[in-house]
Amino acid sequence: MRNVGIIMRRELASYFATPLAYVFILIFLMLANAFAFYLGGFYERGQADLDPFFTFHPWLYLFLIPAISMKLWAEERKSGSIELLMTQPVRLWDAVLGKFLAGWIFTALALALTFPLWLTVNYLGHPDNGAIVAAYLGSLLLAGGFLAIGSCMSALTRNQVVAFILGVVVCFGFLLAGFPLVLDLFRGWLPQVLVDALASLSFLTHFDSIVKGVIDVRDLLYFAMLIAFFLLATAIALDLRKDL
Amino acid sequence: MIKTEHLTKRYGTLTAVDDVSFEVGPGEVLGFLGPNGAGKTTTMRMLAGFVTPTTGRASICGHDVETEPLAAKAALGYLPEGAPSYGEMTVRRFLDFIADVRALEGARRSARLEHVIEHLHLGAVLEQTIDTLSKGFRRRVGLAQAIVHDPPVLILDEPTDGLDPNQKHEVRALINDMARDKIIVISTHILEEVDAVCSRAIIIARGRIVADDTPAGLAARSRYHNAVTMQLEQPGQLQTARAAVAALPVVERVEVSERDARLTALPRSGATILPAVSELAARTGLQLKELHLESGRLDEVFRTITA
Repeated sequence: MRNVGIIMRRELASYFATPLAYVFILIFLMLANAFAFYLGGFYERGQADLDPFFTFHPWLYLFLIPAISMKLWAEERKSGSIELLMTQPVRLWDAVLGKFLAGWIFTALALALTFPLWLTVNYLGHPDNGAIVAAYLGSLLLAGGFLAIGSCMSALTRNQVVAFILGVVVCFGFLLAGFPLVLDLFRGWLPQVLVDALASLSFLTHFDSIVKGVIDVRDLLYFAMLIAFFLLATAIALDLRKDL
Repeated sequence: MIKTEHLTKRYGTLTAVDDVSFEVGPGEVLGFLGPNGAGKTTTMRMLAGFVTPTTGRASICGHDVETEPLAAKAALGYLPEGAPSYGEMTVRRFLDFIADVRALEGARRSARLEHVIEHLHLGAVLEQTIDTLSKGFRRRVGLAQAIVHDPPVLILDEPTDGLDPNQKHEVRALINDMARDKIIVISTHILEEVDAVCSRAIIIARGRIVADDTPAGLAARSRYHNAVTMQLEQPGQLQTARAAVAALPVVERVEVSERDARLTALPRSGATILPAVSELAARTGLQLKELHLESGRLDEVFRTITA
């Protein structure tokens, strides 16, 4: 566990060593607020809640999270530093987890910086703050799921652009797994049971219920297992071919 | 102790390393030589636990690199090919990170960090990011990373590549300095380096070991072993000298370089020709700029073996 912390701190510091962190946070805050006000009708609805804000998070994350996760492993492969890291006395799992956590903490920071909106809504009316806390938790879990997928895609290639595109596509698939756009692809040749199973993998359904303020153990479990699955897949992809 | 048994790595149909077995003991500095693409780096990567062997085993200080990777890696200092590191970090932060991962603590940590910074002359660039460093400095940061925990085994993939002659000299001195109590494996294609630091050399070609000997033993395989080279004061005497030397019964053949009036006499196998040649030169009144006995040419041996 000690090494997880060491690797996480190094990775997190590397975000802030380049303009990446600042650009990301700035764009995230601008877009999150613009979506809430212009597309979500934050004022016009006349309701004191943050629904218009959280509704757009999945779409925001779809492009912004792969931009964070693409560098996790592809950059290490490209620069060769993966050889340095993997020949230190650290477990592969420590590195996978450390890097993932660095990305997650970073997105948590970006998310936390949206607090002025929460203050605003409390100033304007009397929102259900419990529901807002639940929605923040849901948003963080969703970001974690996207990041885990992105980490796995990044481990497959040494090219960050490829990692980004793969990340967006797979995240998009998971986002819309419950919708005809994705389901129709499989309906013709997969048994109904599997199509239903696929539908239940949708990010949106699980995210929506948490955002509504209902924290169901099944939703939490869903995100936990999804993250665990893709981190495991990351480790396997790395272990199969470290010298890509 | 480093030990490899029948180490083999295949990538699809390509066999990068083919049945490589050797042992290296304390106090030995093993030079790993071979043309580019011969399998040097792949072998070193398998020793360092970065590439998984297709078949065969390797162990570092008794720890199998596959079944006890952490113990094997803890005993090892490794400089990967090209000395990769984290470019956005400053040298100080990078070395701190390695010291953290290597679990160095307290007084020993500061002493070791101070030691590598001093010996690799990194003091002036500590606060610079690695991306902004010259190739030579990056290589030295990589070396610092490899030795900071004072490991019993060092594997260095081209440690002097990209260094200028002064820096090469310093790195070789550093390796010689550490050689007494460590096991060191270096890969190189600079043959002078073998003479300068290695006590033993393994030549590898197309994934197989083709020679395993001391540098002197390798040089003795050369056609030029015990050959005599002389440089003449007057280039005009070259042809006369050539005929006279070639006529000596112990001389196999004579090679001539017109450009610098140089003449090399190769002995018949096992023969000693220096006395005969120098006596001949004195007798026929050849004016010599230089006369010396060759111990053998490593580059020639290298070409013959790996071609």
